[in-house]
Amino acid sequence: MKKPIMNKNILEVKNLSLSFGGIKAVDDVSFNVGHNEVVSLIGPNGAGKTTIFNLLTGFYKPDHGEIFKGDKKLNDKSPQEIVKTGISRTFQNIRLFSDMRVIENVLVGTHIRTKYSLFDSTFRTRKYRKEEDSNTAYAMTILSTLGLFDKKDQFASNLPYGDQRKVEIARAIATGAELLLLDEPAAGMNTNESIELMDFVKYLKSLGFTILLIEHDMSVVMNISDRVYVLDNGSLISEGIPSVVANDANVIEAYLGGTLNVNNQ
Amino acid sequence: MKKLFSKFDFPKLPKNDKLKIVFLILALTFLIALPFFGFSNYWMNNLVKVGVYIVLALALNILVGYTGLVSLGQAGFVAIGAYTMTVLVKDYQVNFFVSVLIGGLIAAIFGVLLGLPSLRVRGTYLTLITLGFGEIIRTIIIVWEPVTSGPMGIRNIPTPSLFGLELSLSNGGLYYLVLALLILVVLFSHFLFRSKTGRAFRAIKVDEPASIMMGINTTYYKTLAFVLAAVISGLAGSIYAIQLGYIDQNTFTFDMSTLILSIVILGGMGTIRGMFIGAIILVLLPEVSRALMAYRFVLYGVILVIMMRFRPQGILGWKPKKPYHVTKNARMLFEQGHGELVKLNISNQE
Repeated sequence: MKKPIMNKNILEVKNLSLSFGGIKAVDDVSFNVGHNEVVSLIGPNGAGKTTIFNLLTGFYKPDHGEIFKGDKKLNDKSPQEIVKTGISRTFQNIRLFSDMRVIENVLVGTHIRTKYSLFDSTFRTRKYRKEEDSNTAYAMTILSTLGLFDKKDQFASNLPYGDQRKVEIARAIATGAELLLLDEPAAGMNTNESIELMDFVKYLKSLGFTILLIEHDMSVVMNISDRVYVLDNGSLISEGIPSVVANDANVIEAYLGGTLNVNNQ
Repeated sequence: MKKLFSKFDFPKLPKNDKLKIVFLILALTFLIALPFFGFSNYWMNNLVKVGVYIVLALALNILVGYTGLVSLGQAGFVAIGAYTMTVLVKDYQVNFFVSVLIGGLIAAIFGVLLGLPSLRVRGTYLTLITLGFGEIIRTIIIVWEPVTSGPMGIRNIPTPSLFGLELSLSNGGLYYLVLALLILVVLFSHFLFRSKTGRAFRAIKVDEPASIMMGINTTYYKTLAFVLAAVISGLAGSIYAIQLGYIDQNTFTFDMSTLILSIVILGGMGTIRGMFIGAIILVLLPEVSRALMAYRFVLYGVILVIMMRFRPQGILGWKPKKPYHVTKNARMLFEQGHGELVKLNISNQE
C-alpha cells in the first residue's frame, strides 16, 4: 500500500477562473484533493465541471488562478507534460481507440514512460524488447486487476459499454497516474450498472489511487465520496462531506430550481 | 461418416504461425526466382513498376492507414527523389546509392515542411494542402530549368551498377533492387506497427484529443509520419527514374498521387498485405486490359466504385483474429508480478 502523506494535498486549485466571451464558465473556484481520497465535483448541467477537468488537464488555460499537483504548478504546462506529472483522465463520452485491441489501448497509456526510439523498434534492439515486454506485462497486470484480462485481445469497439469505461480507466492507470480524473463515469448507465461502477471506484481507491470524480447525479456519488464540491453556474456553492452537502439549502435550490419556480407552478 | 474419418489419423495441421512462415518463405522464393522464368522486357518492366508502386503505397499507408492523414501530394516526394538522384548522378557523377540516400534526405526535409501545416489544419483542408504541394513541385520542375532541364526533361538516366554488375531491366538487376527496397520497407512497416511509434500513429488516427491526453506529442508524430512517407517515396522515386530512363514534369502528375491513394484504399488501409494486392490490380489491370483500349479506364473506375460500395475496408482490410502476440518473456514478467498493481505503480514512479 502507498503510504498516504498527511497534510499534503495531491491536487490544489486556487481561485481558478475562465471566461468564454462574456460567460464565466469557471468563477473563482478553489478546491483540493488529498492523497487516496475520492472527491466528487457535482452540479447541474452546464455548471462548469467538465471545463474544470479541461483546465486541470491543460486543454484550456485559466484566466486566473493556480493549479498545483504536489509542488508542481500546472498552469503553463501542456497536456502532455501534465500527464507526466501523474494525472490522467477519462472522458464523458468514451474515447477509446476503437481500431485497437484492449491491450493495445492500455499500451498507448504506457507511451509516456516508454523510452526506446524508432531506431530501437525498427531493429528490435535489446532495449526495445526489454521495455516492450515489461510494458506488456504491466498492461496485462492492470487488465487482470480490473477484471478485463479475458478481453485483452478484443477490439475496443466490440466491448459492452461498462467494459469500455473500465478500459478507459485501465488506459489512464497505464500512464502511471496516481490521480485519476473520471468524467461522469456513470453516464448512460442504468442503476445496477452505476452501482457496480461505484463499487469499482471504491476498489480503485483501495488500490491506492486518488480519484476526482465528476458526476451529474448526486445519489450516485453520495456513498463513495470522501468529500463533495458542488458547482453551479461556474462557482462553488457548497462543499464538505456528502451528508452535509446533501442537506445544504443552496444545493437543493441549485438542483430543484429554488422557490421561485415552485411558486410559478 | 464421422466414424470412418476418425479411424484415419489425419496429420495435424501446423499452427497458424508455422503456416505463415512457410507461406512467407514460398512467396519470397517465388519472388527471387521470378526473373528466371524468362519474362520479356515488357513484363519485367511491369513487375518493376508494380514493385515501385507497392513501396509507394506502403509509404502512403504509414500516413493514411496508420496516422489517418490523407495526402494527395505523394508524387511530389517521388519527383524529389527521382530528380535528386538523376541530377546528382548525371551532373555531379555521384555514386548512385549515395544519390538515392541524399534524395531520401531531401524528401525528408520536404516531408517536415509539408508536415508543419498538419499541426493547424485538419482533414480535407490538409489534403488540399498536400495536393497543392504536389503541384508546386511539378511547377518547380518546369521553372527551375538550369537544374531540371525544365519541360525538356532529363534523358538517358544511366543504369546503376553494384560491384561492376549493371543493375538493368534486362538482366533482372533492377528487379532485385526494387525487391530489396520492398523487403526493407515491408519489414520497417511491420516493426513500426507494433511499437510505441506505430501505436501513437494509430491512436492519433482514431482520436487526436484522447491521444494528447495519453501524453502523446501529436505534433511530433504527425510530422514524423509525413517524414517517413516522404523518405520511402523518395527512395522509390529514384528507382522509378532508373526504370523509366527519362523523367519530366509529366511523370509525376496528380494521377500518380491518386493512383497511390487508390492502391492503399483498394488493398486495405493500415495493412501491409493490402498494398500488394492493390498495386497488382491497379497497376497491372491497365496493362492486361490493353485490348479494351480506352474503355479500360472505365473498367478501372467500375472496380473502384464496386469496391467502395461492397467492401469499403479494402480487399484485404480485415482485422486480425489471432490473439495479440505476447512474448514469452512478457508473460513470465506478468505471472511473476500477478495482481500487484500497486507495487508496480509505485516502482514505475521511482
